Amino acid sequence: MSGVADHGGGWNGDRAATEARGAARTVNASLVTGGVLVATVILTALLSFLWTPHDPVHNDSGARLLDAGSPGHWLGTDKFGRDVASQLMAGARITLLVGVVAVGIAAVVGTPLGILAGMARRGVGEFLMRVNDLVLAFPALLLAIMFGAVFGAGTLTAMVAIGIATIPNFARIARGGTLQVLSHDYVQAARAAGRRPVGIALRHVLPNISGLVTVQCSVSFAIAILAEAALSFLGFGTRPPTPSWGRMLQESQELLFSAPALALWPGLAIALAVLGFNLLGDGLRDRLDPRLAERRT
Amino acid sequence: MTAPDPTEPDPRPDGPGRDPVLTVTGLSVGTDRLNLVSDVSFTLAPGERVGLIGESGSGKSLTALALMGLLPEGVHAGGTVRLAGVDGNLVTSSERALSTVRGEAMAMVFQEPMTALNPVKRVGDQVAEAMTVHGRVRDRSAARRAAVGLLDRVRLPDPAGTARAYPHQLSGGQRQRVMLAMALANEPAVLLCDEPTTALDVTVQARMLELVTSTVAESGTALVFITHDLAVVATVCERALVMYGGRIVEAGPVGEVLSRPRHPYTRGLLDASDLTATDERGRLRTIAGSVPAAGGFPEGCVFRNRCPRADITCAAVPPWAGADSGYACWHPVERDE
Amino acid sequence: MASRILRKGLIFLVSLVSASVVVFAFMAVLPGDPARVALGTNATPEAVARLHEEYGTDRPALVQYWDWVSGLAVGDFGRSYVTGVQIGPQILDRFQVTLWLVLSAMVVALLIALPLGIAAAMRHRRLSGTLLSGLSQVGVAVPNFLVGIMLITLFSVHLRWLPSGGWTPPAEDPWGFAQRLLLPAVSLGLVQGAILTRYVRSAILDVLREDFLRTARAKGLRPHQALLRHGLRNAAIPVVTVLALQLATLLVGAVVIERVFVIPGLGSLLLDGVGDRDLLLVQGVVMVLVLAVLLINFVVDVLYTVLDPRIRTAAP
Repeated sequence: MSGVADHGGGWNGDRAATEARGAARTVNASLVTGGVLVATVILTALLSFLWTPHDPVHNDSGARLLDAGSPGHWLGTDKFGRDVASQLMAGARITLLVGVVAVGIAAVVGTPLGILAGMARRGVGEFLMRVNDLVLAFPALLLAIMFGAVFGAGTLTAMVAIGIATIPNFARIARGGTLQVLSHDYVQAARAAGRRPVGIALRHVLPNISGLVTVQCSVSFAIAILAEAALSFLGFGTRPPTPSWGRMLQESQELLFSAPALALWPGLAIALAVLGFNLLGDGLRDRLDPRLAERRT
Repeated sequence: MTAPDPTEPDPRPDGPGRDPVLTVTGLSVGTDRLNLVSDVSFTLAPGERVGLIGESGSGKSLTALALMGLLPEGVHAGGTVRLAGVDGNLVTSSERALSTVRGEAMAMVFQEPMTALNPVKRVGDQVAEAMTVHGRVRDRSAARRAAVGLLDRVRLPDPAGTARAYPHQLSGGQRQRVMLAMALANEPAVLLCDEPTTALDVTVQARMLELVTSTVAESGTALVFITHDLAVVATVCERALVMYGGRIVEAGPVGEVLSRPRHPYTRGLLDASDLTATDERGRLRTIAGSVPAAGGFPEGCVFRNRCPRADITCAAVPPWAGADSGYACWHPVERDE
Repeated sequence: MASRILRKGLIFLVSLVSASVVVFAFMAVLPGDPARVALGTNATPEAVARLHEEYGTDRPALVQYWDWVSGLAVGDFGRSYVTGVQIGPQILDRFQVTLWLVLSAMVVALLIALPLGIAAAMRHRRLSGTLLSGLSQVGVAVPNFLVGIMLITLFSVHLRWLPSGGWTPPAEDPWGFAQRLLLPAVSLGLVQGAILTRYVRSAILDVLREDFLRTARAKGLRPHQALLRHGLRNAAIPVVTVLALQLATLLVGAVVIERVFVIPGLGSLLLDGVGDRDLLLVQGVVMVLVLAVLLINFVVDVLYTVLDPRIRTAAP
């Protein structure tokens, strides 16, 4: 009867409008801004191993609470006479360390669990996701406080706690992606042909969800930075004298009346680092899925 | 159960052969960078049924959305669209003015019945809203009763029960009937149907087509029926407009266009739909190549990169030959070919 | 619908019991004998043993767990090993403070997110919409305790308009209560508001793209009418989910804000308990927080069922 091919559903106006939108511009804005901020944090941390204006943990009783712009101390000194700029630079190390370890734990444990939950029989998958929900009931901050209470507060416990609390996010993303990949005909064909589950997971699932996982890494990194800062602020994170942005904030609070600028610098550093990783995640997501590009810029 | 008439007698002067109810002149649609529809002109007499034919990507749907003023963001229209009894050019009318026309003088049924209804509202309320929004029925319970009447009119079984249902509880065909009831609620002068049966099963399709034809005939509504299916046009429409590359390439009475096409594109469509005709190698006939992406059509005659008859003259836009019936081609198919 | 809610309720109960096991087991790992900690280093073994007997900590773990959890079921959290005070009333008292803080922060977040999110969605192709989105992106990146510190610097240190911290019960002095609640609520709500703005915006954008919204306009509804009558309820489904999950985030986030503003809420109680190694107190507070999170998730599931007829009328 009808001879004209029409692969229904495609609403032409929509396609044309999308093409006309030139989404590429905004995508790059997120990606570039985020990338620059993240690169700055990484370079600062690397540089701090080689050089800082002063020893970040050196107490100089003769130079306490100097204002920003003082000779030799661009951003001033704190109540112990430590150089703020040097502390900020060294603090970037802890920030990155916590992020890398926490996100590493979450991604390495959560992703395979999610793939397993997606590929396993329905009952097993369902059970894994229930366990996942149970872990979600312990937010990172709460878990870290519990860890701190039991094992003693410190950078390590904070990182591990944040990492464990982040596992469910990765498991969820990975499971969703896995279910989607498995619904493709070619994967079903591979399954029907008797290819082993591990082979399918490595050959089809993992490459297809790696983008999703990368985006989740960037976003989780931002969350981990915030959590570490909050924990250090509460005294459950990095212990003195190791410089940490969160603890710098905490130390500054008692001096709000006399030296409010002390709170500003570490606060700015945290905000810019978090902004960087969030923007990077957004940019990556848009790059991976242009359809989503204009939904969230 | 009889349908209570929800509206007062139609005050519009009508009767075939009178002044056109819809006049489209030089309609164009495009984004900032692309022309998607160019120079579309046609008129619609009261009660007339016109088919708009073409493959996907030919600009049919955009034309209909432009008439309704519902183009997606970033897509603009030019030219003039005049509707009998409505002042001014709809293309340049304000959103406020357009909203009084939509659903009242001109209504539309969309392609996808699965997504076109609000999933969280009862079907009856969605139909009733079409009347209350134009103040046709002020009282909500009266609007509900009228909605049940409309659902009955589109021959839904158990109209009262259907009115209380949510869209996901209905089949695709039932939902499309609901859409039709909604569109006909205010007895519009013009009804635009954008592939209303494409998403439906073949048997459901036939009943839906019959329903559309009979209901527009009852209410004297003029119909613009968009489809890629030539058989559908032959059953539903009196006149056909063939679109390709955002332009009308041929127009005329359905019998004429489908039996003696003048434009090579129309001819190609017909050949491709004839499942008994084969080429010299015994394969079904098709049109060479495929529809280019938006903005990818050639200058001059939009069909020339797929046309077996194209030559150097086709680099210029072919003029319209004829009047209401006619074609735009430098090398038309001769009557005896 | 009923069977769906029943099933979700069952999942809630099972999760709650599992969580209590986790919390108890976790705290049982705590190094050091709590009784010895409570009595100090030079306590006699007899005194320690007496304390063990008094609190029942010399019994097998399973018995202790049953004792604890059956007490919880009737609201009995036991007595602190360190202070000897009943924990239940203490938690209830502090929870009220935190609840005030969290709920008012939620109001702040909604007051920010609803108008900004809708505006950013409706203008997403214009500069103003892009600016709003950018602003929310920056808001998301700022830690809430930093906002608190900055607000104190501005309103307490420089302008001297509001107190920098402390707490007054509303019944005692409503004006003082409001003055002391304002800054913490804004600190906690501002960042959540920025996050929520993004969700509201994307939910509205999703809805604006829906075919049924075009249908509504084809009927003759103006764009804002179509959004109000057909869009909001559909957009509400994802937003309510996020809102509820944020409630959980706020409860835990309040721990930090309570520290910044010296507010005697559940968070301060938890931190004090950890500091004093008050095992049973920490267990109790953690359990209350986890219960709140699980309860919120359960309520979201039920709300989902009510809001979305596709789920409501689906066969179980």
